[in-house]
Amino acid sequence: MEQFTINLLFVGASFALYIGIAIWARAGSTSEFYAAGRGVHPVTNGMATAADWMSAASFISMAGLIAFTGYDNSSFLMGWTGGYVLLALLLAPYLRKFGKFTVSEFIGDRFYSPTARLVAVICLIVASTTYVIGQMTGVGVAFGRFLEISNTSGLLIGACVVFAYAVFGGMKGVTYTQVAQYVVLILAYTIPAVFISLQLTGNAIPGLGLFSEVNSATGGEGSVYLLQKLDQIVTDLGFASYTEAHKDNLNMVLFTLSLMIGTAGLPHVIMRFFTVPKVSDARWSAGWALVFIALLYLTAPAVGAMARLNITELMWPNGTNGEAVSVETIDTDERYNWMQTWQKTGLLDWEDKNGDGKIQYYNDKSDAMAEKAEANGWQGNEFTKFNRDILVLANPEIANLPSWVIGLVAAGGLAAALSTAAGLLLAISSAVSHDLLKGQLTPNMSEKAELMSARIAMAVAILVATILGLNPPGFAAQTVALAFGLAAASIFPALMMGIFSTRINNVGAVAGMLSGLGFTLVYIFLHKGWLFIAGTNSFPDTVDGSLFGIQSTAIGAVGAMINFAVAYAVSLNTADTPQEIKDLVESVRVPAGAGEAVDH
Amino acid sequence: MSEQPDPSAYWKANLRVIKISLIIWAIVPFGFGILLRPLLSGIEIGGTDLGFWVAQQGSILVFLAIIFFYAWRMNKLDREHGVEE
Repeated sequence: MEQFTINLLFVGASFALYIGIAIWARAGSTSEFYAAGRGVHPVTNGMATAADWMSAASFISMAGLIAFTGYDNSSFLMGWTGGYVLLALLLAPYLRKFGKFTVSEFIGDRFYSPTARLVAVICLIVASTTYVIGQMTGVGVAFGRFLEISNTSGLLIGACVVFAYAVFGGMKGVTYTQVAQYVVLILAYTIPAVFISLQLTGNAIPGLGLFSEVNSATGGEGSVYLLQKLDQIVTDLGFASYTEAHKDNLNMVLFTLSLMIGTAGLPHVIMRFFTVPKVSDARWSAGWALVFIALLYLTAPAVGAMARLNITELMWPNGTNGEAVSVETIDTDERYNWMQTWQKTGLLDWEDKNGDGKIQYYNDKSDAMAEKAEANGWQGNEFTKFNRDILVLANPEIANLPSWVIGLVAAGGLAAALSTAAGLLLAISSAVSHDLLKGQLTPNMSEKAELMSARIAMAVAILVATILGLNPPGFAAQTVALAFGLAAASIFPALMMGIFSTRINNVGAVAGMLSGLGFTLVYIFLHKGWLFIAGTNSFPDTVDGSLFGIQSTAIGAVGAMINFAVAYAVSLNTADTPQEIKDLVESVRVPAGAGEAVDH
Repeated sequence: MSEQPDPSAYWKANLRVIKISLIIWAIVPFGFGILLRPLLSGIEIGGTDLGFWVAQQGSILVFLAIIFFYAWRMNKLDREHGVEE
């Protein structure tokens, strides 16, 4: 059977499963839509949260970014898991006790101000839209490969599918669909990793295989650790070593911190903890969510390192000092079929620049390699394009795994990208129609008009995300990281101060959120271009060229500190919070008396 | 132990647990994983040093331990202070 047919089969079967479960579960109760998770066991809720949370960034993009930089991109691993500690300790139990459904409602009530609620809604829309752009990048990659068409066509078709999926909507809220999505997603991620780990190290657990010795059959020489071998061959080709640090500590710390705080500030994650049955369940749920996320995150670094090793060895089949792979081999040998399929998407390419019939893959920007290249008549790196976002999806093909594994990965990648993109679109549309229009601007609008405006908001959001996704500000995970920076600078500080301080007042919170969001957004636009339009940036997007020597992906942590400082300073110089707000904060801090979450 | 519920004593105890947990939360990734990595480079793990392992896997395991410890400790505090649901 053709690989295309097998992919179609797996993708079709997984979607039939989700829809089947959605229909079966919906028959029971329609109110599940908002209250997904109520009366659901913390373990089940944790699994559903994990599916909600792990998107194209985690599934498709992250391991590729780690593969090509190694240690420096550990920030993604630490940042996107460390945020759950903040969530569990500082937010989840108290927001559950507060007992409403949305983040902006808490901010509006705690800071006794419709303006604060409005500002929170704006922060939410800005962060979520940026997040969707990152997802669309992943959607484009997944559809392009799956339908064997160009990345651009894949993105456009994907956008239509995401829109339909989001309008169908309710599916998102059904916990058991998300549990099914999680199972497909984690199997699709780990099964190929187990195969590859066995091939390379003989260890069936990829996370342990990463720190094991390579099989002597493949490695050739007795006992060499996988990471040592990887370091050896990448430095041989003039690339930066895999395990050493090459980024300055300040940027790495701030970037990691941004991702952590952002995780705890993203509305669609926080919302899941509003609706667990009890305050104590909110604490456990965060832990279980991280357990299920960790299954993927402990495997991701192994996927990255092993793929990098496999790719490099395919390009240099006789070792880094031997002959490079020939064009003829790439065209005829079935182990190189994946290069042809991915070439169709326009995300992978090679070119025999010096016409010697071989494809030399090396770092042509390295001074050390210049001499060797000169001596061998190389005229630059001939493996000209390898988009980081294709690595995870291409991984099973690179390792020559059975075709059913490749089909499974296609299904997993689409599930990850679609579910999160659709979920974010729902969050944006309800923010616009419910919080912004109905709550603020036109309180008397009919339910029908509210529904209509929700659809329009959704269509506008996906249109914006698709247009910007055609020329994304970075790889999927990098764009998503910007969204986390925006959430970190705006939402998280307001929530935390709302719970841990009784002194922060309405004016302080609004000033804090606006300055945090404003600073971070302007800083990102200065480096990535205004509204992410390429060429309109004032500073190059590199560490050395950046305004404060801080990368745009890491600035969210600074924005958060500004938010805290401004809110505190302004509050101290304005009227104290009223007594009923102090009472509200006191009651949020104690679990006793928590009722069910109530609708608004 | 559950006498009259005293919210302020409960809150103080909670803050103490949070403080200890967050110190560990910060030291492991930012300390062992990034800033102090050169100092720990002598400790070898699977072909690389401890800092690399902490940055790529160790931190995640520590985060898990912190969350489960906190949930367990707080549920106990809830009962001790008579403020459980």
